[in-house]
Amino acid sequence: MIEGNAIDNGKVKTAQMVSGSAREIAISEFFEKNRHLLGYDNKIKALLIIVKEGVDNGLDATEEARILPDIYIKVEELEKEKYKIIIKDNGPGILKKHIPKIFGTLLYGSKFHRLRQSRGQQGLGISCAVLYSQLTTGQPTEIISSTGDGKTHRYKLKIDVKKNEPIIIDEDVLDGKDWHGTQITFQCEGLYREHKQSVLEYIKQTAISNPYANIIFDSPTGRFEFKRGIEKLPKEPKEIKPHLYGVEVGILARMLKESKTRTLSGFLTSEFTRVGKTIAKEIIKKAGILDDKGEAFMMISPRKVTDDQIVSLVKAVKETKLMRPPTDCLSPLGGHLIEEGLKKELNPEFVVAVSRPPAVYRGWPFQIEVGIAYGGSITEAKFMRFANRVPLLYQAGGCAITKSISGTDWRRYGVQSDKMPTDPVAIFVHMASVWVPFTSESKEAIASYPIIIKEIKLALQECARKLSVYLSGVRRAQYQAERRSIFERYAHETAVALSELTGKPIEKIETDIKDIAEKNIKTIELSEQATERLEKEMKEGENKKEPDKEKADKSVQSSPEKEV
Amino acid sequence: MPITEKPMERLKELGNKTLAQIEKKKNPDIELPVRVLSNIYFDEKSGLVRLGDKLSHRTYLNVAHTRKFMQTLMVAAECKKIIEQGVTTSIRDLYYALKRTIPGTKENTVEDQSESDPIIEDLEAALNTLRERLNLKADRKGYLAGRIKIIDGKDTIDASKMGSSGWAIPSNVEPEKIKFADVKADYVLVIEKDAVWQRLNEDKFWDKENCIIITGKGQPDRGTRRAINRLHNEFKLPVYVLTDADAWGYYIYSVIKQGSINLSFLSDRLGTPEARFIGLTTQDVEKFNIPKNVTIKLNKGDIKRTNEMLKYVWFKPKEWQQELNHMLKVDHKLELEALSAKGIKFISDKYLPQKIKEKDFLP
Repeated sequence: MIEGNAIDNGKVKTAQMVSGSAREIAISEFFEKNRHLLGYDNKIKALLIIVKEGVDNGLDATEEARILPDIYIKVEELEKEKYKIIIKDNGPGILKKHIPKIFGTLLYGSKFHRLRQSRGQQGLGISCAVLYSQLTTGQPTEIISSTGDGKTHRYKLKIDVKKNEPIIIDEDVLDGKDWHGTQITFQCEGLYREHKQSVLEYIKQTAISNPYANIIFDSPTGRFEFKRGIEKLPKEPKEIKPHLYGVEVGILARMLKESKTRTLSGFLTSEFTRVGKTIAKEIIKKAGILDDKGEAFMMISPRKVTDDQIVSLVKAVKETKLMRPPTDCLSPLGGHLIEEGLKKELNPEFVVAVSRPPAVYRGWPFQIEVGIAYGGSITEAKFMRFANRVPLLYQAGGCAITKSISGTDWRRYGVQSDKMPTDPVAIFVHMASVWVPFTSESKEAIASYPIIIKEIKLALQECARKLSVYLSGVRRAQYQAERRSIFERYAHETAVALSELTGKPIEKIETDIKDIAEKNIKTIELSEQATERLEKEMKEGENKKEPDKEKADKSVQSSPEKEV
Repeated sequence: MPITEKPMERLKELGNKTLAQIEKKKNPDIELPVRVLSNIYFDEKSGLVRLGDKLSHRTYLNVAHTRKFMQTLMVAAECKKIIEQGVTTSIRDLYYALKRTIPGTKENTVEDQSESDPIIEDLEAALNTLRERLNLKADRKGYLAGRIKIIDGKDTIDASKMGSSGWAIPSNVEPEKIKFADVKADYVLVIEKDAVWQRLNEDKFWDKENCIIITGKGQPDRGTRRAINRLHNEFKLPVYVLTDADAWGYYIYSVIKQGSINLSFLSDRLGTPEARFIGLTTQDVEKFNIPKNVTIKLNKGDIKRTNEMLKYVWFKPKEWQQELNHMLKVDHKLELEALSAKGIKFISDKYLPQKIKEKDFLP
């Protein structure tokens, strides 16, 4: 997995720390030395990441509780390069006992241990924001939360970096407030700007990819409001178990050690999706884990599997045909939501979106969605990348999405381009997955797996085809207007010259020329319309012939090598 | 095809034919001979470049043609007016007479003289006439000196008494305008460069050698080419051509000899297939012991152009193939002025007399 070993080690060490290990210093050192891994490389970006962590959490919380999100963000300059950031959501709130742990412990959280599509994956983001604030200003982070029971809990927290534990600076219970939700207040170093990779751009794009959210942003330069465009949340994602194709030796080793199952066979069938007893037997046999009779050793305890056997198991898995994972764990936005989001924020003259059927990379289901908006208020090309509805603003060059866009032949679709389109188009690409393969912990770029690039390209092409039909219509209309104007423009002088040569009156000749032009234009337009209809019919015919991706999805069994 | 004597009728005919199409509600269409390389052929028999019979159709209802269609009729109408008024006018005057802003646009009927000049040529080809017959003339370019008299209207000019300047060849040298008399020369020498022409004029080369010297100052214009053509055809004078030894010089020779692609419909009047190339050649360097340091190394363009010329039908004779290959081999070219390295009068005292005496020509 892309998940670095450093994080795994951190996790393991955390567990050791709680039991009083001498190596506890690692977690604080990890963050202090590796701030950049989590994206805190500079002050402008630090501000963006803190807002992002807060908003991501707020959106995850509201969606999980099936509440239409209302997000409030405030960024206030306290003094030079020092800011107060408030993020408030209308989510279900956090149980009192969980508040200190969630905000005061790195890698705490429910999301890391489950496989379900959500913005956060690691349980790292929000506590890192607390830690960053504390490291740069020495100030605690304030959390106010209510579950709607009439009580509001207020905490001021810091993190004990050596123990990776919350330090409660202050806590009290406020009452009388009839609300639910969470509000976080950070004080940190930063720098507020409004360029392409800024808090404002992040919020704008979030408003596009979450059109069902209402977002208010009080920035140092004034208020920005992003109104809800649609009163409907996307489908709720389901949790799934991991798929064996995505499992590597290290992870498998850890899972075997931690498993509560008593047999290897039981381990494989209960911890993974799409593994039944027959498949488990096949894998164990292929791995050469045999009992006295030379049969697959189904009953061996997971904790007794040796390291060599683990390697054999992973190898055996690669040689075994497995059903693809179920895809109901995904929660795509859907073409309609994407179109609404683009329309609402960009006011284009044309918009199209497609949602691909789910596909699988290394055992992880994922789904690509693309939207293209053209013209209107859009004046220059704009590329927006999203992973699980979160905008990605940095490292565009290293991202599978950028590579897919530049690898598409835009001119074929009538879009001016210099690798990337240069016409006024906004391209929206979303990858939804239970596990998005980021190129680094800071979650800025998607790794370039061939299957992911292929899916993005297919979606881009499908949108581009529709855009090209629209553009050719626009261009044809422009061309027709231009043609008409040319025939009009030269009629008079032509008539004057012909009158000189023939002695006939100018007016009559001019009228005749214009008549011919008019008649001709009508004939051409009719024939063009006929051609257009014909082309359309042919295209539709072609589309029907295109291989049906869903069929490929059902039929499963492509070899694992091909998928990776 | 003989050139029409009645340009006025052809102009009216064009107008009436076009109008008739319009009145029948048809897309009006002007037929024009195609004046590009693909519609040109080399007539071995006459030694001239000829226009093929491909026709293009300039129609009003083709957006790519509409503007040119209008311009073609405008030029025709303007020529009709000029002829009616009995005046001649320059092609530049014509351009200004046509130029006006189209109402409601920022566009002019013609933007540039380079837009109206080709239209005139189109019309000449389409109506099978000459621009001179349409009372149009161009700037003078060529000069002539030697033992010949020119009768221009009521004036008679003695070209042996023109001092250092020579007689400027007008753009219209058609027999109805210019007559030649008292031709006492043995041949005509055409020189690419004005400076060299002046050298020879100063040396009274035409007097000593009994010839007529002409320069076209680079690529000769129509008037100059027509004058060469007439001197050859009417007085049976041999024509020798002297240019730089480079691709451009050889190309000038080929245009004098067999006509140009653009004016291929006039090759009969402008080409002189019997012309011979007297020099310079790169092979002269050895022959006349010209110092190597006055040669110029070929550049990329020279090499490309020379290689193209190797393929032209009219450079197929073995002597030309030999010269072009020699130029590529020695990798240099040279200008006429390079001969001055052998002394300022070398060209008139030694080079030209020897070449003519030995008939050392390229075909």
